[in-house]
Amino acid sequence: METDKTQVRVENVAFSYRAIPVLIDISFLITRGDFLAVLGPNGSGKSTLVKIILGLLPAGEGNVTLFGENVRRFSQWSKIGYVPQRATQSGTLFPASVQEVVSMGVLSKKRFPKIFKYRDRKAIEIALERVDMSKFGKRRIGELSGGQQQRVFIARAIVNEPEILFLDEPTAGVDASTQQRFYEMLDMLNKEHDITIVMVTHDVGVVTKHVNKIACLNQRLVFHGTHDEFCSSHVVQEIVRGEHHLVCHRH
Amino acid sequence: MENILSYGFMQRALVAGLAVSVTCAILGLFLILRKDAMIGHGLAHVTFGGVALGLFLKVSPILAAMAVSVLAALGILKLKEKAGLYEDTALGIFSSVGMAVGIILVSMAGSFNVNLLSFLFGNILAIETFEVWLSLGLTAAVILTVSLCYHELVYLTFDPESAATAGIKVKRLEAVLAVLSAVTVVLGMKVVGILLVAALIVIPSAAGLMLAGSFRQAMVMSVFVAVISVFAGMLCAFYWDLPASGSIVILNFSIFLLLFSVRIIKTRVIRSPNADHILTEHEPGVNK
Ligand SMILES: Nc1ncnc2c1ncn2[C@@H]1O[C@H](COP(=O)(O)OP(=O)(O)OP(=O)(O)O)[C@@H](O)[C@H]1O
Ligand SMILES: [Mg+2]
Repeated sequence: METDKTQVRVENVAFSYRAIPVLIDISFLITRGDFLAVLGPNGSGKSTLVKIILGLLPAGEGNVTLFGENVRRFSQWSKIGYVPQRATQSGTLFPASVQEVVSMGVLSKKRFPKIFKYRDRKAIEIALERVDMSKFGKRRIGELSGGQQQRVFIARAIVNEPEILFLDEPTAGVDASTQQRFYEMLDMLNKEHDITIVMVTHDVGVVTKHVNKIACLNQRLVFHGTHDEFCSSHVVQEIVRGEHHLVCHRH
Repeated sequence: MENILSYGFMQRALVAGLAVSVTCAILGLFLILRKDAMIGHGLAHVTFGGVALGLFLKVSPILAAMAVSVLAALGILKLKEKAGLYEDTALGIFSSVGMAVGIILVSMAGSFNVNLLSFLFGNILAIETFEVWLSLGLTAAVILTVSLCYHELVYLTFDPESAATAGIKVKRLEAVLAVLSAVTVVLGMKVVGILLVAALIVIPSAAGLMLAGSFRQAMVMSVFVAVISVFAGMLCAFYWDLPASGSIVILNFSIFLLLFSVRIIKTRVIRSPNADHILTEHEPGVNK
């Protein structure tokens, strides 16, 4: 049901890559304060859906509305943080320092010509502190470990204090204890800073401990509901059967 | 040592050469990091068609080259996008067509002569005053545009996929970059000639990348490499009567080799097993 807390509205979205359907008739809402996990097997269209929501790919059919505005005309990008799947593509050669990478996130709230001020440097510091990476500000991004890089990209995504954060498999290649700390950090952002979180993941077990909404994708939206509905849903048990041990009780 | 700056032609050559090579180095850094290093080479071939068109129509070859080069750069962008081709395929098509048209026009105009050779191999020492001003003006325009769009360009280069989520108008910025590249290639042509212009774009920035810890450092180093090479290249030309273009490129390459060796030595020393811990994940605040 649509309320004034609705931040994202996805309506009958369909998408195909050169006539091969990837997403079929997807509709759901994302509401302020949600911590939504998007689950689904490889190739089920999770990343594609996130890119469509962010306007990085055009929806073939249907509509996406961000903060009440059609994504094609959307301009308040500072409300949005995004950590793409495999964020580092340039490898180790790219000469950006950690600070420079995080500073990219500040751009969205600046008008042309974009000039950094003291306030921005402060914001960059704070974002790096939040992900425990302050010590690495001057280091070259390519020289960090995968998990450290991932944290830097999260810092870039939260530096503007966005209202909603999209994370595409943020913990891929991150060790278990770092993952644990990472999920706790997301919990903190979600609960204390009231940031909505949308996270694509394969980690059903851990996710059910932290998230409050779950969407299961397999071309179609197979399931969308709360954590509790998820645990009692037959559809879901069917999908994850054998693959994962479901942890449906909270501590 | 006689003062080489007392010669008018050396003054002109140095001013234009330094301005142009700095521009090439700055833009080159964005281009090579976008894996677009060969755009310099490709557009240079297209530029040959432009020069030939200028000679054929008896208008300024530089201005004709500029127009053709800009159109081609935008065309390459469109072809890549609309035909779903890789950048280098689109580039391959445009550069060979440009060269082919050039060859036909040059032969029709009957202008296979010294003038044409100076475009192919560069003749910076013969640069005219009006061309110096033109180079300075265009250099200023390119550097101004890059500084105004600096942060956007860095983001676009680093992560073109998600740049749009920072409110960057990706297509528009790519077009800006294409136009800047086209203009820069034509400028570079004046210094080292069509056949070597790619070197001015690729080598200083590649050298700058060897030791830089940040994008800004990489840019400063590339510019430094470019400036030293042009300066020393002119000296070679003046004192030993070597071609300025070839000397500049070989000097660029020598500096690249030097920085590359330093990088190898540095990584050997710094990444020795005992220093490994600084590169691995650890609890921040805990000093090992
Ligand atoms: N650029 C592309 N061109 C053609 N098909 C693509 C392209 N990108 C993705 N696809 C196809 O679209 C489908 C969905 O891809 P998508 O990346 O959204 O999957 P995913 O759910 O994110 O998978 P994963 O868990 O592996 O990240 C896949 O079948 C894939 O083959
Ligand atoms: Mg994916």
